[in-house]
Amino acid sequence: MKCTRCRAPAEVKIRAHNSAFCRACYLLFFRRRVSRTIEKDQMFERDARILVAVSGGKDSLALWDVLADEGYETVGFHLALGIGAYSGRSLDRTREFAEERGLDLQVHSLPDEGLAVPDMMQATNRPACAACGTAKRHFFDSAALEYSCNVIATGHNLDDEAARLLGNVLHWQTDHLARQKPVMQPTHEKFVRKVKPLYLTTEFETASFAFLRGLEYVVEECPNAAGATQLTYKALLDQLENTSPGSKLSFVKEFVTRGSAGFVARERESAPKTCGGCGMPSFGDLCSFCALRAEVRRKRGDDRADGRES
Amino acid sequence: MDVERAKRVGDLLEQLQIQPGTVLVIRGDHLLTEDARLDPSDEIELRSVVSGG
Repeated sequence: MKCTRCRAPAEVKIRAHNSAFCRACYLLFFRRRVSRTIEKDQMFERDARILVAVSGGKDSLALWDVLADEGYETVGFHLALGIGAYSGRSLDRTREFAEERGLDLQVHSLPDEGLAVPDMMQATNRPACAACGTAKRHFFDSAALEYSCNVIATGHNLDDEAARLLGNVLHWQTDHLARQKPVMQPTHEKFVRKVKPLYLTTEFETASFAFLRGLEYVVEECPNAAGATQLTYKALLDQLENTSPGSKLSFVKEFVTRGSAGFVARERESAPKTCGGCGMPSFGDLCSFCALRAEVRRKRGDDRADGRES
Repeated sequence: MDVERAKRVGDLLEQLQIQPGTVLVIRGDHLLTEDARLDPSDEIELRSVVSGG
């Protein structure tokens, strides 16, 4: 197979685009695609200061690589989750990436405050992914504020978005459908815009980019993801994609351009208050994360169970 | 693992019942497309691209 652009031997075939690329042309194709998505969806301006949520996996490292190469001002933010050796390797890969390129990396550790994901799961009986998601949302928001960033970029890819969309449609989660957007505008002055510059690139495309760029990323899957419903949806969508290339892209792209506007997020009855634990916006006395932290401490019998940050 | 003789990457994925686009097919420091020819002595890494939960 030859490269569609230069006729050199191809290394990557993208069936959805009916194209194949050699290494050099693929790296160019991928970077252009991400840059065009940022521009077309008006994700951020050239002078933005971007908090890149970096896990150490292929997507977030590929995203940070592209943004840094394009000359954007970035701050990498890694939340150490305390999920055994997997989390150790994730932090190592992230640190190596940042150090090699001289990029600013900030790390916050959940285990350091006694809130490793397995501990939260055990103390509260909540699924690991729920506790992890709550913690990530909280720390991404507060880190953007702390490091004076005006946008948060995450590495969600097309497969993530297609699987989430399928799940939301299967259960007609209209409120979730209204909030599934590649650009989420802030709802409070302490929040910043959240964007997903990889939402039109597949996992295969980001993995190919990471490999061809020589990015050392964590290949293994989070041990808590085994059996997750999202993986079932991804497998179904992959089958569909195999018989009808471009299905995933059209599913997500058409939803964003034509379907999304038909769903309106449920309005809160009251304006947000200030969380008594962390000072971030909250609809209760404590935000979701501080309430979770208080629950963990209460179940453990810690003295300080009021949710306030220590 | 050793697999029955597969002449091309596409045959290999079919034998292993792996959907194209869910793995990187790696030989040395190169990625292989589905039509790439395989040699019996090749060592191939199939690296899953699927993540999330």
